[in-house]
Amino acid sequence: MMFLLMDAIIDLLQKNALMPRDEMARLLNMTTAEVEAAIAKLEADGIILGYQPVLNREKWDAEKVTAVIEVKITPERDGGFDRIASRIARFPEVQSCYLVSGGYDLLILVEAPNLRAAAAFVAERLSTIDAVQSTATHFRLKTYKENGTFHTFEASSERLSITP
Amino acid sequence: MSIAIADHIRDIPRSGIRDFFEIVQSMEDVISLGIGEPDFATPWHIREAAIYALERGRTGYTSNLGLPRLRRSISDYINKHFGIRYEPLSEILVSVGVSEAIDLALRALLNAGDEVIYHEPCYVSYAPTITMAHGVPVPVRTRAEDGFSLRAEDLEKVVTPRTRALMLNFPTNPTGATMEPAELEKIAAICVRHNLVVLTDEIYSELTYEGAKHTSIAVFPGMKERTVFLHGLSKAFAMTGWRIGFACAPAPLIEAMMKIHQYSILCASIMGQDAAIEALDRGEHSVAQMRREYEMRRNFIVSALNEMGLECRSPRGSFYVFPKIISTGLTSRDFCMRLLQEKKVAVVPGPAFGGGGEGHVRCSFATALPQIKIAMQLMAEFVGELKPA
Repeated sequence: MMFLLMDAIIDLLQKNALMPRDEMARLLNMTTAEVEAAIAKLEADGIILGYQPVLNREKWDAEKVTAVIEVKITPERDGGFDRIASRIARFPEVQSCYLVSGGYDLLILVEAPNLRAAAAFVAERLSTIDAVQSTATHFRLKTYKENGTFHTFEASSERLSITP
Repeated sequence: MSIAIADHIRDIPRSGIRDFFEIVQSMEDVISLGIGEPDFATPWHIREAAIYALERGRTGYTSNLGLPRLRRSISDYINKHFGIRYEPLSEILVSVGVSEAIDLALRALLNAGDEVIYHEPCYVSYAPTITMAHGVPVPVRTRAEDGFSLRAEDLEKVVTPRTRALMLNFPTNPTGATMEPAELEKIAAICVRHNLVVLTDEIYSELTYEGAKHTSIAVFPGMKERTVFLHGLSKAFAMTGWRIGFACAPAPLIEAMMKIHQYSILCASIMGQDAAIEALDRGEHSVAQMRREYEMRRNFIVSALNEMGLECRSPRGSFYVFPKIISTGLTSRDFCMRLLQEKKVAVVPGPAFGGGGEGHVRCSFATALPQIKIAMQLMAEFVGELKPA
């Protein structure tokens, strides 16, 4: 194989999960059945957890607010940060939740239908959890790039139509 | 009055590519597989480094030979990737693309009437550049059945006492040909035996596939001292517009080339040179990413062409495929003209690249996959419609 096969498949799926499997097979010099089997295996092994569209929020549901929240928490004697992190992560508003190094512990990404709902989530749900010492909320103003996709595209350069 | 043009320039035929280019330019919405440059913009870290250099006011001339810092980077890069050591301060010259370096080398080497051998089909500039240096171009054909590699025995047949130099370009534009090290070694031995200088244009050397390892002819015994190693940033680093190439050769030849370069060009642009430093020092990952992308497109285009009945070998280097179109009953030129007029897809007729190109067309896969897909679909329709009902 020209390079690590699973890497190649994951790479293609990350760029476009909807790429037809027969096209993928052609690119990788494989059969369609082989590609399908490889993807099925990645899914079965829990390596691929799901597929999602990348949305342009300016054009869809523009009222929705996104906030990045820094959360300082008190770790527990048993289980450290994990139990409290999973407690926070279970809220449907929380899209992403990471344990990070540095001045705070959890970085969470919250989506809410509007500003009031986001504020309510922070004030009533998040801050009231015992282990949460403090929060700092940053609202998203504009998206430039998300999951590797640009929201404002660079101008493509004009190439000559025939060059030697 | 009519101005008389110098005989040797007047007699250079118009480029076949130029004719075709003008027709394509006059049409709209053409999908072109005729482009010999990467479709990627220069990787961002390289562009960003150039912007930073501009902000600091680095906008002047450089040493004629190029920035010493860049020549060190070139030396390290060539040593690391090709296993050849060149002295940064005396054996490397930074040029405005490889084309300029070829011109410099030929002008520095040739006396009027000296013969220079080159393999065909090949890049369009070789024969004219030899002519412009008052040399005599001596083509040697490569064959489709050899994957357009050069046979040592074919080469030896055209060597004469007037032969001064051999020009090589592997991987080859337009055929994607590569050389097996064993055959390359035989060619090296011929060069030593007949005391030939070798100009080796290795501009596509990073773009080899299936893990094929590129070997430069300069590594064989007795070769470094007779080789002009030519390379540049245009293809592998997607930096065509920056115009940075370089020549590595024995110091006396670099000195002679520098004489021509300093009076005609002075130096390559400093912005390009600053960008080239970043590319050579830290561009490996970007090159690998683009190579992977090219390799996938190559697989796609080769399988599509064969499926539509155009015999196409899978090239092990460059970003070109050179399928046979003989089965259609058309000449290369008719095939390209009709494909352009009927389906608005541009590919380049093989004969534009010299002898041995008839019956072939060059398709570049330095084009984004969605375009390649549409082009292949239209080409398949075109070929299908040609078949007698």
